[in-house]
Amino acid sequence: MTGAILTARGLVKEFRGFRAVDGVDLDVAEGSVHALVGPNGAGKTTLFNLLTGFLPPTAGTIALAGRELTGRRPEQVARAGLARSFQITSLFPEQTVRRHLELALAGPTGLGWRFWRSDKALAAFSARADELLDQVGLLEFADRPAGTLAYGRKRALELALALSLDPKVLLLDEPTAGMGAEDVDRTVELIRRVRAGRTVVMVEHNMSVVSSLADRVTVLQSGRVLVEGPYAQIRHDPRVITAYLGDADAHR
Amino acid sequence: MIIRLLARRPVAAGIGLIAALALPWLIYPPVAMDIMAWALLAVAVDLLLGYGGLLSFGHAAFWGTSAYTTGLIALHTGLPFPVAIVGGALAAAALAVPIGYLSVRLSGIYFAMVTLAFAQMIYFIVNQWRDVTGGENGLQGVPRELLGADLSDPFYFYYAGLPFVLLGLWAAWRIVRSPFGQVLVSIRDNPSRARALGYPVDRYRLLAFVLSAALAGLGGGVFAISHGFASLHDVYWTTSGQAVMMVILGGIGTLWGAVLGAAVIVTLNDYLATAGFEETGIVTGAIFVLIVLLFRKGLWGTGRDLLTAARARRARPAESGEDRKVEVATERPAAVAERSGG
Repeated sequence: MTGAILTARGLVKEFRGFRAVDGVDLDVAEGSVHALVGPNGAGKTTLFNLLTGFLPPTAGTIALAGRELTGRRPEQVARAGLARSFQITSLFPEQTVRRHLELALAGPTGLGWRFWRSDKALAAFSARADELLDQVGLLEFADRPAGTLAYGRKRALELALALSLDPKVLLLDEPTAGMGAEDVDRTVELIRRVRAGRTVVMVEHNMSVVSSLADRVTVLQSGRVLVEGPYAQIRHDPRVITAYLGDADAHR
Repeated sequence: MIIRLLARRPVAAGIGLIAALALPWLIYPPVAMDIMAWALLAVAVDLLLGYGGLLSFGHAAFWGTSAYTTGLIALHTGLPFPVAIVGGALAAAALAVPIGYLSVRLSGIYFAMVTLAFAQMIYFIVNQWRDVTGGENGLQGVPRELLGADLSDPFYFYYAGLPFVLLGLWAAWRIVRSPFGQVLVSIRDNPSRARALGYPVDRYRLLAFVLSAALAGLGGGVFAISHGFASLHDVYWTTSGQAVMMVILGGIGTLWGAVLGAAVIVTLNDYLATAGFEETGIVTGAIFVLIVLLFRKGLWGTGRDLLTAARARRARPAESGEDRKVEVATERPAAVAERSGG
């Protein structure tokens, strides 16, 4: 494992006096899968939104591969190589599945600005789009409007969209949230397949998903880092058990 | 069969073109020109509202700015009127850059309010700047110069002005069905997602705003030349409101609907005015409310839905016909068996 590709120092986010994220340091090693876990309200999603530029931090810095990203807008963060999926499935309901990927792929080329050209020009990206769709098992649904897909498939499309940006770091916000056991297994398999050579940061509630995918785990509680380390190590940490894993074990 | 043929795009465009060419034979030519100019304004509003999800309540600023600029160019330079109209449209687009820059960050009712506020500012300026705009008297005696051709007859001027309108309508169609249009619709449906894909949402909205203003300006320029004057009414908020009304009446996000809405409202206004009825607002308002209540998707949108439904109904008997064929097919082996048995 080489050095850290994504680093955050002293990140703070305050909402009207409430510190949702309270001085978080984060180092994500290149090529690793790094999970952010913690009980509800621990600040995972806020941290996610800070990293991707959807929220400006109150204090602290973020850097990707040594490049300062603090205060950048979401589209600039995305272009810099930090792609995200959304927790709540977030698609363009009327556009077809293939068109989603064509638009994602066309982004960096500036084709989106050409208001004088036919939208058939987007077909230039359809071959690459189909390749990505095949990777996530959605090729047969390519011509369907995204709004008509089943839930698990929408999540797969989310993943394909994030992948299409060919990101340095892939941020997945609860990739298995709301899924049945079968879909969870398929998604874990999918992430394992697409992560090759990539760095992945994921917020995840499902501990079996974390244990099977994550190299390192950061446990958050009340906006602070409680513990950080490999999964095998943190699962035995008494503080983590009281804060979080205790609950998860009770479920089993 | 006929319905299916009518629904095809080149056929629909052909019918539209024939209707546009025939219009001054059917109705009073100046009214025909009004319909066409207003159609451009309504289409401009629909481009933003239907495809960008932004309700502008201030398009009178662009329509009016272009009307005055077109008038001023035609009056003071003696250049042919097409040059004046293009100048007007460019002025409208230039004005849209700062106004759009400050408004596109907002959405929903806030966007509508801010665009209205800017339009009222433009109204104020036009009203106060008497030396140039003529204040309450407006800009009068705008000439229709075109290489010495006599265009004083509104019937002939209609055909001189029509190419601008058709060019504008074609541009709107092109924009909506371009890669840019696809991104715009995606931004309308899910701005956060578009951002996460690397699209600078506000800049896309700004370009849509400027393009829309240019189209509105094209309409305003044609209107000013057609009437031979520019008046304060062109920059007044009722003009913005009427354009929004046309779009809703015809059907948001359809473009053709905006044209239809413009035709209905301009014709209605003209009919009521020639009948000597003063309070046209009451009648058009009542019809507007009725149509919105009866046809949620506007005239064009509802018509399109009915067409789709009719097509689906036609497809169903065809299916049952196939079922019958299947029945016949299953009967046949029995008949064969009988025959071989006999």
